[in-house]
Amino acid sequence: MNALLVICGLGFVSLLAEIANFKKLLTALVVLALVAAIVLGILDWGTPRAYYHDMVVFDNFSLAFTALLCTITLAWYVMARSYFEHQSHQSDRSALMIFALAGGIIMVSFNNMAMLFLGIEILSISLYVLAGSNKSSLFSNEAAFKYFLMGSFATGFLLMGIALVYGATGSFDITKIYVFVHDHGDTMPRFFHAGLVMILIGLTFKISAVPFHFWAPDVYEGSPTPVTAFMSTMVKTAALGAFVKVFQTCFTPVQPAFLIIVQAIIVLTLVVANVTAVYQVSVKRILAYSSIGHVGYILLALMASDGSALGVLFYYMVAYSAASIAAFTVLQAVELSSGSTGVDSFNGLYYKNPFLAVVMTIAMLSLAGIPPLAGFFGKYLVFAKALEHHYVVLVILGVVTSLIGIYYYFKVIVAMYKKETSGTTPTQYSRVLLVVLTLVILALGLFPDRVIGLLIP
Amino acid sequence: MLLFILLWPLLASLVLFAFKPKQAWVIAFIATAVELVASLVLVIGFDKNASATAAIDLPWITSLGVNFALGVDGISLLLVLLTTVLVPFIVLSAAKHSYTPSFYGLVLMMQMALIGVFTAMDGFLFYLFWEIALIPIYFICLIWGGEDRGRITLKFFIYTLAGSLFMLVALIYLYFQTPGAHSFAIQALYEAGRALPPGEQSLVFWGLFIAFAIKMPVFPFHTWQPDTYSVAPSQGTMLLSGIMLKMGLYGVIRWLIPVVPAGVQEWGLTAVILSVIGILYGSCIAIVQKDFKRLIAYSSIAHVGLISAGIFTLSSIGMQGALIQMLSHGILVFGLFYGIDIIETRVKTRNLAGLGGIRNVAPTFSAVFTIIMLGTVALPFTSGFVGEFLLINSVFQYRAILGVVAGLTIILGAVYMLRSFQQAMLGETNTTTAGFADLTGHEKLVLFPIVILVVAIGIYPDPLLSISESAVSNLLLIVQDFSASAK
Repeated sequence: MNALLVICGLGFVSLLAEIANFKKLLTALVVLALVAAIVLGILDWGTPRAYYHDMVVFDNFSLAFTALLCTITLAWYVMARSYFEHQSHQSDRSALMIFALAGGIIMVSFNNMAMLFLGIEILSISLYVLAGSNKSSLFSNEAAFKYFLMGSFATGFLLMGIALVYGATGSFDITKIYVFVHDHGDTMPRFFHAGLVMILIGLTFKISAVPFHFWAPDVYEGSPTPVTAFMSTMVKTAALGAFVKVFQTCFTPVQPAFLIIVQAIIVLTLVVANVTAVYQVSVKRILAYSSIGHVGYILLALMASDGSALGVLFYYMVAYSAASIAAFTVLQAVELSSGSTGVDSFNGLYYKNPFLAVVMTIAMLSLAGIPPLAGFFGKYLVFAKALEHHYVVLVILGVVTSLIGIYYYFKVIVAMYKKETSGTTPTQYSRVLLVVLTLVILALGLFPDRVIGLLIP
Repeated sequence: MLLFILLWPLLASLVLFAFKPKQAWVIAFIATAVELVASLVLVIGFDKNASATAAIDLPWITSLGVNFALGVDGISLLLVLLTTVLVPFIVLSAAKHSYTPSFYGLVLMMQMALIGVFTAMDGFLFYLFWEIALIPIYFICLIWGGEDRGRITLKFFIYTLAGSLFMLVALIYLYFQTPGAHSFAIQALYEAGRALPPGEQSLVFWGLFIAFAIKMPVFPFHTWQPDTYSVAPSQGTMLLSGIMLKMGLYGVIRWLIPVVPAGVQEWGLTAVILSVIGILYGSCIAIVQKDFKRLIAYSSIAHVGLISAGIFTLSSIGMQGALIQMLSHGILVFGLFYGIDIIETRVKTRNLAGLGGIRNVAPTFSAVFTIIMLGTVALPFTSGFVGEFLLINSVFQYRAILGVVAGLTIILGAVYMLRSFQQAMLGETNTTTAGFADLTGHEKLVLFPIVILVVAIGIYPDPLLSISESAVSNLLLIVQDFSASAK
């Protein structure tokens, strides 16, 4: 809770920065506040507590995700320094980013459907603006507009679903909904199931799983690269946290009702995202489709409804976010030097800047799930968890799509080691950040035990 | 000692990046020489009756039942020895190419992974090292390879990774069969596998066999191999064919036969037949090759086919022959590829039609190459003879008709090797080969020990055979016990 308060306070302070004229201090302030939020989150560890009449509950799950979201934002903030410093509206952008984070924290700690809705809206509205923050670019405008239209449509679904569930159960509180559903599981009215499916659709849209993913590639490509990185790491983590909270807590008694839909979503997500990614020529779009594809693997772990999948989810998100931010950092450096995000712009990177090429290679290998990197254990845990619950066909599908995934991740790798080079050498990036992220990817791969065990009761 | 042997190359590879190219080569050679000495110490202190149990067993990922368990028995030791002997020579042979430090770093990482594969006594650890071994060799081929390397190396990567995923699924399946808190420990997996009904053992057999068959490669899983061998830099090809291919054979011995004996009995004949087809197929295609390196690549399919056929006969002479032939093939194929590397750097071609008369201008090179070639065609008193004799003998006892076909390998081998020798070395010199310089001192330093090894193993193979003898009989005892209890 303290972390959330710090983040909200920071949001207001950074709005004031333009007026009160302390913009120079803002970067340091943001970093400090984020570190403080992480520390506060860790200090609360092990002491679950509910606030404001059970509107939000900070248990270990919420705290772990709060700390993770703040850490991702911190890493991202270092990566996106040029996005803030070399352009106008620094304080507005910081404030929007901070508010999005506040929304994300609410999404992983809500205990009430109303809070879920608020969290999603706070997050989304900030993002609509951030997506369009490159005002002179037509694509950025298109991205913002598309995101806003589709996003509000999905929010409508979510809201309608919440209303229907309220009508059937008489409560917004997810623990009360759970009790009610548990007691009246067989006699729930039809419109309860309709509401359930609508909530599912609304949240599936937010985690950009197929078939509700159509906005994602265009929005990811049109937005400024740092914003894309933010959307595919911080926002994705928060949305998955919310998804898990809804479908692993209050609706578990009626799991059979939506399980088949989730299975269909998994199959579609794995196949469509990975196959489409093969045909992309822009690294930014490859990463967009890869981020959709990873949702499929995570959902696979969530087929296990006994709560043991939470540790797997957390591990997967840490591994995925570290590799993604590293990849986006390199992509941004290449984009700044060559002006393009195409696979061609990576040609010969190894001979121009071996450091960047090696980091990108490790990030790609991790995302592709090659041992002994973090991404491999993420996938391994997912597959083992699904096998434990006898989803053999889905696991085989997952294995096949991982193989397809290798093809497009390696397209980038092969380009980097081509002898013919083009463009200038990328220079704008944070070496410290990349070293840290690489170490995280390696360390998580070599010693996965601690992180996996974190959320296992 | 074992831990040192495993981690030393990794340490050395990390240190290497700090050095300049010229120094990197020297440092890498010193590191691999130290590694060789360490492995010899291990051989001297080795108890021949040791069984395949973990000498080092540290908890690693306890929530997944994975332990960091390493150990050696006679079989592992021979392959560790092959690795530590060959890698220094590979580093030496790379000297004239002036590679960057990262090249040697990758070679050393590869060595670490290979030793890990040969000593892992935990299924998950084995799988990890198996995959890690793929990464350095992929980048060696990608960065320093020849024409069209991007496409070919990617095919190689995806092909072998697909195979290993089958293995991973089979291992996870076995893991869930282990009693109590699941475990990947080798003994637990052995027991879990043997307890399975024959039908499920067959499934597990295929999961594991496909992974190993792709790595070896056995017909019809070989399609990645000729392209990859020819596109890889010479040192990469040496690593691939000299050592990496043995990972597949070792996998069969350690992780297939004792795990699912019933599956092996059910499908052993199929595996032997596939291997024998590989012998014929590889040899016949090798005969018509014009590219010298491709020719050796196909001959490698033939040789590995014979070794795998010998292993699947489940007989003592087959196993022993396979082990000695693995060593011999590693050494010989290193010699052959180095010879081709020397030819290629001097005259810029590997095309047999463009060569000729090298013997006239480079007698020493030609003589050394002759001995290595005779080893490959299994002439008595060369290392190739001991292994091939035992292997063909075992296949003959298994099914006489298959033995006859497998025996063709010697005849066909002689055909393609002698034909290529004749084209490259004999005849008149032409404009390309007229200026062919004889071996330099450095090249002699690499090739003479190889020749000595080839002859020494051929004349007196007993020390090597005795290392693995009890490990092999232990292994076969497991299989016999199993079939006895099944009856």
